[in-house]
Amino acid sequence: MNIPANLRYTADHEWALQDGEYLVIGITDFAQGELGDIVYVSIPNLDKQLSANDSFGEVEAVKAVSELFMPVSGTIVAVNELLEQSPDLVNSDPYGEGWMIRVKPDNPADFEALLDAAAYKELVG
Amino acid sequence: MNTTPFIQYHQTLGAKIVPFAGYQMPISYTSINDEHLCVRQKAGIFDVSHMGEFIVRGAGALDLIQRVTSNDASKLSPGKVQYSCMPNAQGGIIDDLLVYCLPDNSYMLVVNAANIEKDFAHISEQNQSIGAELLDISARTALLAIQGPLATQALQTLTDLPLADMTYYTCAKGTFAGVPNVLVSETGYTGAGGFEVYFYNEHADTIWQAIMEAGKAVGLQPIGLAARDTLRLEKGFCLYGNDIDDTTSPFEAGLGWITRLNKNADFVGKNALIAQKAAGIGRKLVGFVIEDKAIARHGYDLTNPDDQSVIGQVTSGTFSPSLQQSIGMGYVATAYTTEGTIIGVQIRQRNIKAKVVKLPFL
Repeated sequence: MNIPANLRYTADHEWALQDGEYLVIGITDFAQGELGDIVYVSIPNLDKQLSANDSFGEVEAVKAVSELFMPVSGTIVAVNELLEQSPDLVNSDPYGEGWMIRVKPDNPADFEALLDAAAYKELVG
Repeated sequence: MNTTPFIQYHQTLGAKIVPFAGYQMPISYTSINDEHLCVRQKAGIFDVSHMGEFIVRGAGALDLIQRVTSNDASKLSPGKVQYSCMPNAQGGIIDDLLVYCLPDNSYMLVVNAANIEKDFAHISEQNQSIGAELLDISARTALLAIQGPLATQALQTLTDLPLADMTYYTCAKGTFAGVPNVLVSETGYTGAGGFEVYFYNEHADTIWQAIMEAGKAVGLQPIGLAARDTLRLEKGFCLYGNDIDDTTSPFEAGLGWITRLNKNADFVGKNALIAQKAAGIGRKLVGFVIEDKAIARHGYDLTNPDDQSVIGQVTSGTFSPSLQQSIGMGYVATAYTTEGTIIGVQIRQRNIKAKVVKLPFL
């Protein structure tokens, strides 16, 4: 299972990448593997300000649906439009082309409070 | 937890394994989509050894089967297979099953894994006044389904049985992969064509390995239960526990064609089913498609699209890999069963429109 060391994680299996003053957010390799074939990604919250742990959308896989949760409080400034046509990018490249949202965090220090790769690895065993 | 004799192959192949009906079963090997399309386009092998098999034979065998099933088993001759229902006294469905007519007044009933005990108890009770010989051979019987347009080509290399000459819902016994007395039937749960192969557990290694080897030439892959579900749903086949159960009637489920009220035998549930038919049914199982980006799941409410009043429930729903569309089935009040009717599906906070379509989807 792929758990890149440069990312931070949540117990709900989102990852966050620090990119200047923004965070790029998606779901982990573990999460996409558990969900299986993803057929829809729905993120109706562009330009919205949400709190940490709020739902920002959902992923619908053949087997099950799963909600997506904000790792930190912030504003969604971009949504990966590629996922509209190619939701399977989340399966094939969860940390790359399968990214989901770009967030401007309310408090940049919140990133540091997320799980690091070692802690997340322990969580998913 | 039980395992089938193929568990080590599933593990070696890297399958995701989940408990299902008391068995550790492979849910997926590569991906649902990949496995599904492999069956539609080439061929796939399914371990469905969890299914139950009962032998009914001797004096009273046909009488017992006529008593517990809704279809007319007297129409069968050796080598024929029939899809049937096992109704309860209220006209609900204890199980759906296949009835195999074998030589020498013997029959095999193939039932759902989750229902083996319930079915056997029910049939045993009905057998008290009939006294046919009834055996549960589920635990010692392995079952592999080889499905897809290239299944015949792959399997013909393993047997002298004339597979291409067999017709849908027939069966034959013969030597298969060197193993004598293997039962091969042209049946399945995918609508993709192909065969189901029954044999005793001790031949599991020989037969699995032979099919996997013979399958290489046609691109055969192992297929898990998840793709089995998407394959059957595209064809509108009912899944026991989802689309039909003890509380649903075969008439509501579109299984009137296997409910022979006029057969020359009394059967459990007959009076209730006659009464239902006379009174008319209040709901029917329909297929629907959703254009929106959402999948209807078992148990979601179906609604009137205008006032959102509940008109029924979703029984099965998925994303169809062949059609690339969200599809589902569910029971709705009869006023909403006409093709083209727009209904609502309550998917979490949203009420999404769906269109009633003719089954099967594919």
